[in-house]
Amino acid sequence: MKSWDIFVAFFRSGMLGYGGGLSAIPLMKREVVETYKWMDDDEFSDILALANTLPGPINTKMSGYIGWRVGGFWGMLSALVGTVLPTVVLLIIFLTVLNAYKDKPWVNGMSKAVIPIAGVMLGVLTWDFIKKSKSTMGWTATIILLIISIVVMQVLGIHPAILIIGLLGSALLTKNKKEEKQVKAS
Amino acid sequence: MIYWQIFLANFMANLLGYGGGPATIPLLENEVVDRYGWFSVHEFSEIVALGNALPGPIATKMAGYIGYAQGGVLGAIIALFACVAPSLILIIALLGILMKFKDTNKVKNMTKLVRPAIAVLLGVMTIDFFTTSYKGVGIVQTAIIGIVSLLLLEKWKVSPVYVIGGALVYGAIFLGN
Repeated sequence: MKSWDIFVAFFRSGMLGYGGGLSAIPLMKREVVETYKWMDDDEFSDILALANTLPGPINTKMSGYIGWRVGGFWGMLSALVGTVLPTVVLLIIFLTVLNAYKDKPWVNGMSKAVIPIAGVMLGVLTWDFIKKSKSTMGWTATIILLIISIVVMQVLGIHPAILIIGLLGSALLTKNKKEEKQVKAS
Repeated sequence: MIYWQIFLANFMANLLGYGGGPATIPLLENEVVDRYGWFSVHEFSEIVALGNALPGPIATKMAGYIGYAQGGVLGAIIALFACVAPSLILIIALLGILMKFKDTNKVKNMTKLVRPAIAVLLGVMTIDFFTTSYKGVGIVQTAIIGIVSLLLLEKWKVSPVYVIGGALVYGAIFLGN
């Protein structure tokens, strides 16, 4: 019965969370902390903070880990299926139908109309990422890193993976200097 | 071979996507559009738009569809596994150790430094999408749909479901030629 509870909890928070990963987090918290009482508020926040430091989609990290904690391997699987499967199936059906009728002019028109919206959505995300950078590092560092990224990836055509690994490496190496600076400043 | 490529494309994008699901979108595009050529920019923009119109996490929806389109049900399962497993295994295995370090600058700096790079990737994709749209329906339609949807989504906080739904109706009536 536990696996079923886990499935229901994550199915509900997944299906009601519009707008990508983060919007589902409060819903997930309600299920996990309030409805089923699998853990307390602090523990949930700790897991969230930690999940944020790791790469990849936040929802599946959260649901998979909580499922694992509550119900072992099968709990993890139920949580993942609940989070992921319903919406994946919906998207596959939608896009497959759209592609099947592409030669119909009106379907072709539908597909053309959504491109600018996808552009707007990504533009908004771009701005979100820049704003978040600014609030954690200030404008100077943000702009320098933006320019470096543009030069490395767009001008020199280097694969993003190499840049990201380089940035992660320098984050790990510059740790001591920055902490010293903060100590001195305070 | 195709299954291995599906795995690799999703694995790379999600392991490097610091900053949650949206960060993986441009990295995924880099793999499936630029590197493997499975989709055109136009097709990828449809996946992004419809993916955003449906509830639930965006990265897994995109992975599942891309896997399915290239390799059927098995392809979808492999893509989802590659998308979910690496970071989930990390969090289960490392939680105890990471808890101790979560407040240190080291760990915080990782996401911080990667963020501008992701912003650039997202910005480039934004330009790609608008360029594709400009070539397809011209500047006037692109501007109208773009500005109206920006206002609806950001200013009036209309749910993406209705915005995309409205666009589909608009496209069927006015852009169908």
